[in-house]
Amino acid sequence: MGYPHPPHPKETVVLSKYFGDAEARTFDGWVKRGGYEALKKALGMTPDAIIEELKASGLRGRGGAGFPTGLKWSFMPKNDGKPHYLVCNADESEPGTFKDREIMRWTPHQLIEGCAIGAYAIGAETCYIYIRGEFTEPWKVMTAAVAEAYAKGALGGNVFGSGKRIDIVLHRGAGAYICGEETAMMNSIEGKRGNPRIKPPFPAQAGLFGMPTTINNVETLSSTSHILTRGAAWYKGLCLSNPKSTGTKLFSVCGHVMRPGNYELTMGFPMKDLIHDLAGGMRPGRRLKAVIPGGSSVPIMTAAEAEAALCDYEGIVEKGSMLGSAGFIVMDDSTDMVYEIWRLAKFYAHESCAQCTQCREGTAWTTKILERILRGQGKKEDLDLLLDLSDQMTGRTICVLSDSCAAPIVSGIKKFPEEFEAYLSRAKAPALAAV
Amino acid sequence: MSDLVNVTIDGVQISVPKGTPIIEAAKQAGVLVPHYCYHPSLPSPAVCRMCLVEVEKAPKLVPACVTTVADGNVIHVNNDKSKRARESVLEFLLINHPLDCPICDQAGECELQDYTFQEGRAGTRYGDYAKRYNPVEDFGPDVLYVANRCILCTRCVRFMDNVAGDAVLNVSERGDRAFIGIDPDHKLDHPWAGNVVDLCPVGSLISKDFLHKARAWDLDKTASVCTGCTQGCNTMIDTRDDVVVRLRPRPNLDVNRHFICDEGRSDYRWMNRGDRIEAPLVREGGKLTPTDWTQALDRLGAAVKAARRVVILASGRASTESLGFVRRMVDGASVTAAIKVPLGAEAPLAGVPNLALRKERVPNLAGASLAGYGTDWSAALAAAKGADLVVVLDADLDDADVAALSGAAAVAVIGTVDDDRLAGSALILPATNMAEENGTYVNRDHRVQRYFQAKPAPGMARPAWWIAAEATHAARGLAAPATAADAFAALGAMIPALAGLTYSDLGHTGRVVTPNAAGAAR
Repeated sequence: MGYPHPPHPKETVVLSKYFGDAEARTFDGWVKRGGYEALKKALGMTPDAIIEELKASGLRGRGGAGFPTGLKWSFMPKNDGKPHYLVCNADESEPGTFKDREIMRWTPHQLIEGCAIGAYAIGAETCYIYIRGEFTEPWKVMTAAVAEAYAKGALGGNVFGSGKRIDIVLHRGAGAYICGEETAMMNSIEGKRGNPRIKPPFPAQAGLFGMPTTINNVETLSSTSHILTRGAAWYKGLCLSNPKSTGTKLFSVCGHVMRPGNYELTMGFPMKDLIHDLAGGMRPGRRLKAVIPGGSSVPIMTAAEAEAALCDYEGIVEKGSMLGSAGFIVMDDSTDMVYEIWRLAKFYAHESCAQCTQCREGTAWTTKILERILRGQGKKEDLDLLLDLSDQMTGRTICVLSDSCAAPIVSGIKKFPEEFEAYLSRAKAPALAAV
Repeated sequence: MSDLVNVTIDGVQISVPKGTPIIEAAKQAGVLVPHYCYHPSLPSPAVCRMCLVEVEKAPKLVPACVTTVADGNVIHVNNDKSKRARESVLEFLLINHPLDCPICDQAGECELQDYTFQEGRAGTRYGDYAKRYNPVEDFGPDVLYVANRCILCTRCVRFMDNVAGDAVLNVSERGDRAFIGIDPDHKLDHPWAGNVVDLCPVGSLISKDFLHKARAWDLDKTASVCTGCTQGCNTMIDTRDDVVVRLRPRPNLDVNRHFICDEGRSDYRWMNRGDRIEAPLVREGGKLTPTDWTQALDRLGAAVKAARRVVILASGRASTESLGFVRRMVDGASVTAAIKVPLGAEAPLAGVPNLALRKERVPNLAGASLAGYGTDWSAALAAAKGADLVVVLDADLDDADVAALSGAAAVAVIGTVDDDRLAGSALILPATNMAEENGTYVNRDHRVQRYFQAKPAPGMARPAWWIAAEATHAARGLAAPATAADAFAALGAMIPALAGLTYSDLGHTGRVVTPNAAGAAR
């Protein structure tokens, strides 16, 4: 972690090694810590060699989908005569996730280096870093770091004397959750309303400004420099469980734990240890009730499922949820699950871009039903209705915002039915005032 | 045929070109995929999710509007899974819909209403929640936005953005608060903006001109052609109780796609004029006297026969049939024939090639030219002085034009509107206007297009071609056609470009002919 607490002995500190170290924010400080060696090395390699190295490392997208990064880069057309773009997704707006924020805040050059490597590998001269609007401090840090990188020749028309041009454009979002969806992000950068686009065409064919584009998460790009300096074999070796999940990953833990924060762990680390040991466990006298492991957009895990799960892409799927962005929302037994699910649904209803019918109307409708249940005015058929609406909101729309709203609702009703029953039978006092 | 793919849609096997969207392939298989946001003349955003269909082996339902067919696809539009998805979309669309169909202009021609009746749920599960409410907004000269009825298909936004090239509309707000917004500094006043009313699948964008005028099911619809300019946009004349209440575009991908301009759209009131000539008038003892057609036609035939120098002052709105037969009526004399061509500003529709409101504001300039009419109006007026006979074919005359008539020995009027200034004429014969007859216009690209009778003619009015042909029969014994179809078929003898063509050759979208051609079209 590094900040605000020193790293836990069980952490594998790679990305977060210099969190809290103010000197690492500067170009010279970063170079002193071995920075920009990877970029220099990359510039001496062919793009194909870099992509092969990444494929061999097993690095997968850290934004949520877990798509193999090397494979994604290899989809970019070669020698097509068109400008290519790299977009770095720094619109970290998934509830419960705050890892990219810390990367940008403490190690901006780590990200800039990763972006430059990525841009070179996919044949792009321009990289857009789309930074979430609410991230004021990371924005300032990144702005200063990019200016310094230009001044020191790490960016610009002749990167480290290689003759290669790599520009980084910082683009600040305006606070819409949906702009974290990659195609919505491209629209937003183009100055359009941030609505997700239909795929196909996929970004590698026609992305930003209609040109071949790759979009990667902050953490993914930041990992590339370490892979290039220390080798794919080293990275692949960082694996405690399934060989398809390699490397280290920042896990944001928030909610009812004694020591919330980012923990950098080797893939496959037991979730039980993460919650009860590293994150300090529950408050005294409290028991773990539920965990939403991947930001808010994945199914809820019960305490039993969470404690049995291993923290990697496959391990969490095995226990009925998804790794997502690895933002762990931990809830103890004081939590009212119905209330929490309502709060999440309300978030999605607020953030729906309004394109697809199911999402626009469905997120708002499910929120209203949950609100009514919380007011003690629920009807017994409401649960079936919620499940039916969630079914129609899943797999029907352009992007997965609607699915993301449905996931906690469906899993919540299935895993915590008694809490809904308590409201429906009026056994529990209303949590919201009746209107 | 490698550019064709074979697909099965609801059990119907068809071959369609590669790259065809499923929704268009389904049309060819005779299956309509219900849809809202899709429109063949607009880019598809795939947002309404109404056209989701099952394609076997695909992991989930796919939007038929943006998914192209692949060889061997087996597509189910009307199986339980696809229908269930549509039922659900309809339910979602209706939870915030006011269901004010009884006072909505769109009722009866509303796609939300139609599909809900076809396959929606009978009742609501929305319960007693309040519906979204937004006030009605005045978008522009002829468009009101009733936000509560809006299903956010964004056809209007895309039309203004991608077709008109005047992006004044957008989707404002997010989630279920979203509505169609307009640039606060602009109005929806593009010359083609009225098309958003037709594009709107529900009653959200409505025409002020048509507001509460008629219920859709009371309208009779007649295929027609716009009389506004030489473009020849295909239209539909909607009449209620024999009164024209609305013009709408009729699709013709080669002429106007799915659009007409606002000027053409609003140009129908003259069709309903009540100050009409209703009986043939002939001069008896210095006074115009009503008579029957037999006597009137004999008089016209005699006047034509006696005349050596004849001038025809015609309207560019006259059908090709009328122009042709009136011209033939005076064969043998020395003839000066012209139509009056009012001019205006050109207003193109940016997104559609070769589509504009044209400068020349008459529909049949090319037809008149084929029939031997010039456009030199002042020369024709000059020729009227000292002419033996001036035939006025429904021309819109100003006072100077009327004054020029006084130099002619005799004036015969074949007209629609009663005009006191022409009381000195030898004959005034009642003709039908274009909404009251079958006929053809030839547009600027020499596309010959039919229009159909939309309402009955007043009194004894007859088509001008009939009047001219019967008078010619009276004067010279030439056979007169009995129907517009016969008249058109006979035009080939006068206009070589039309030789061999019949109404059935023209169909509903017309046919391009080659001017000066000796033989048949094409």
